[in-house]
Amino acid sequence: MAGLEFVGVRKTYPNGVQAIHGIDMAVADGEFVVIVGPSGCGKSTLLRMVAGLETVTEGEIRIGDNRVNELEPADRNIAMVFQNYALYPHMSVFDNMAYGLRNRRTPRDEIARRVAEAAGTLQLEGLLDRRPGQLSGGQRQRVAMGRAIVREPEAFLFDEPLSNLDAKLRVQMRLEIKRLQRALGTTSLYVTHDQVEAMTLADRLIVMNAGVAEQIGTPLEIYDAPATLFVAGFIGSPAMNFLPGTVAEDGSGANLDGSERTLPVAPPASAGRGRITVGIRPEHLEPVSREEAVLEVVVELVEALGADSLVHGQLADGGEGMAVTVRVDGARQVAAGEVLSLAVAPNHVHFFDPDSGNRLA
Amino acid sequence: MVENRPWLTVLSHAVLCLGVLVTALPIWIAFVASTHPSDSMLSGRTPLLPGGNMLENYATVLGTGVKAAGSIPVGTMLWNSLVMALMIAVGKIAISIIAAYAIVYFRFPLRKTCFWVIFITLMLPVEVRILPTFGVVASLDMLNSYWGLSVPLIASATATFLFRQFFLTVPEELAEAARIDGAGPLKFFRDILLPLSRTNIAALFVILFIYGWNQYLWPLLVTTDEGFYTIVMGIQRMLQAEDAEPAWHEIMATSMLAMLPPVLVVVFMQRLFVKGLIEQEK
Repeated sequence: MAGLEFVGVRKTYPNGVQAIHGIDMAVADGEFVVIVGPSGCGKSTLLRMVAGLETVTEGEIRIGDNRVNELEPADRNIAMVFQNYALYPHMSVFDNMAYGLRNRRTPRDEIARRVAEAAGTLQLEGLLDRRPGQLSGGQRQRVAMGRAIVREPEAFLFDEPLSNLDAKLRVQMRLEIKRLQRALGTTSLYVTHDQVEAMTLADRLIVMNAGVAEQIGTPLEIYDAPATLFVAGFIGSPAMNFLPGTVAEDGSGANLDGSERTLPVAPPASAGRGRITVGIRPEHLEPVSREEAVLEVVVELVEALGADSLVHGQLADGGEGMAVTVRVDGARQVAAGEVLSLAVAPNHVHFFDPDSGNRLA
Repeated sequence: MVENRPWLTVLSHAVLCLGVLVTALPIWIAFVASTHPSDSMLSGRTPLLPGGNMLENYATVLGTGVKAAGSIPVGTMLWNSLVMALMIAVGKIAISIIAAYAIVYFRFPLRKTCFWVIFITLMLPVEVRILPTFGVVASLDMLNSYWGLSVPLIASATATFLFRQFFLTVPEELAEAARIDGAGPLKFFRDILLPLSRTNIAALFVILFIYGWNQYLWPLLVTTDEGFYTIVMGIQRMLQAEDAEPAWHEIMATSMLAMLPPVLVVVFMQRLFVKGLIEQEK
């Protein structure tokens, strides 16, 4: 087992497109790190660089104590699970799992032992003679995992392994992956664009945007204190409300654009007296009586999810484009046209610099 | 079509039957002719039912050949054709699958150029380049040999192109997974690409075997030794009997024999083919 380290890693494609703009990070031994970001942000490229399927333009990738930049994928002691599983269609499940071991001249009885063990863990015992074409999506996913496990690698690399599964199976496999990784204690890198997967699986998250790691931290750190507007908007569902405004004269609150009210939460001193963006998560807005309210929202649309409802509306006295989403208790009846009076706990209000997008603290 | 119109069904069946009749009648007549004594075909009334000389006629052509035309036994010619067709089919598949592998999976300078050069040769069938090819084969001393019969016909742009198209449909992740599993280029080719191409190879084999079997002009040019005559060109030579009527009964028996191997290949390979298609591997 070993950790993983990125030192100033950059990637520029031959056509001049820069995919990764410098990543520095150390992944501890046994840690589960999830790389999350929108499509095209370079997350898969980063993973493929670790696997050795893409070259590293600049910087260094270390697995354990070894620089692996120049090593062939097979010599890096990693195992990868692909989005489309990439199982060999003409081989049985057993052969699929055993192929890598045979190529490494692992003794026959050792192969049989390891495959049997992995098949046991993944409940594939009865399926070893089948071909991938005769398996269901979830079973194929398990075989792909099995192929990774039998290698007993230093690190697992997952490239959106659950995105081809239906919603229910995805939740189930997510748990299985987590449980398995815990049990094996193998360092793992997991790429996904699904923030629920990211939050639930990760020991630590890397939120990437346009080739840059916007924030690295535990899921709760990132949820509680997003470092940039991008991270704040990307993590959390439904997305955080962003309300443009200015710092009040006396610095004791924020004047939202077009609103006469002052949000009675003092922005940090670093905000100065200029423009700011106020971020409040939908789940942190709480319906209260008119007297206690700090915000009023005219309801436009209600999405009832059962346990809770998502209320979409406009700031009552706000200017154009001051859309606000509120998560309220599902039992509460809210109708379109109604005015909701809302309060928010001061420690759940985030302030960002609208120009740089950075968090003000 | 899911429509239920009885007359349409009748009509389409009638057209189908007519088509079958048109295709099958000449073959039937050839078969009938091969079972009659020599004079029946020359009497002016073509018989439509088999005669009684079948075994005799076939034994003659297989054993001694068509005497009147000074032809060698058909058995030898069948053997020559078989060797040539097999060498062409196997050679074409081997060369083109390797060429396609290089073009699809390796990044080397002038890769695109190589592909287009191969592709352009599609425009140059054997007949166009037959003189220079003959010159080369002659100077390599390959006239009157199996190599001379088959080697110049082995390079195939069509097969290369077909394999290329197939390889492009194989998911890239498969190659990457194999790389992570420690399979080098040759291992990947042998363990993964080749088994996946099985059905394609079978289909191409059928087409190429028939292509090789039906070669006429090329064998006519490069063989002067009777021992290397192929059956397709041999049939034509039988017609050139001097000062004698063509021995139609024997010629038709030879034709029937010449038709047999391609039919067998199609019938036999089609099973493999359908089996491969049902398994749906990919």
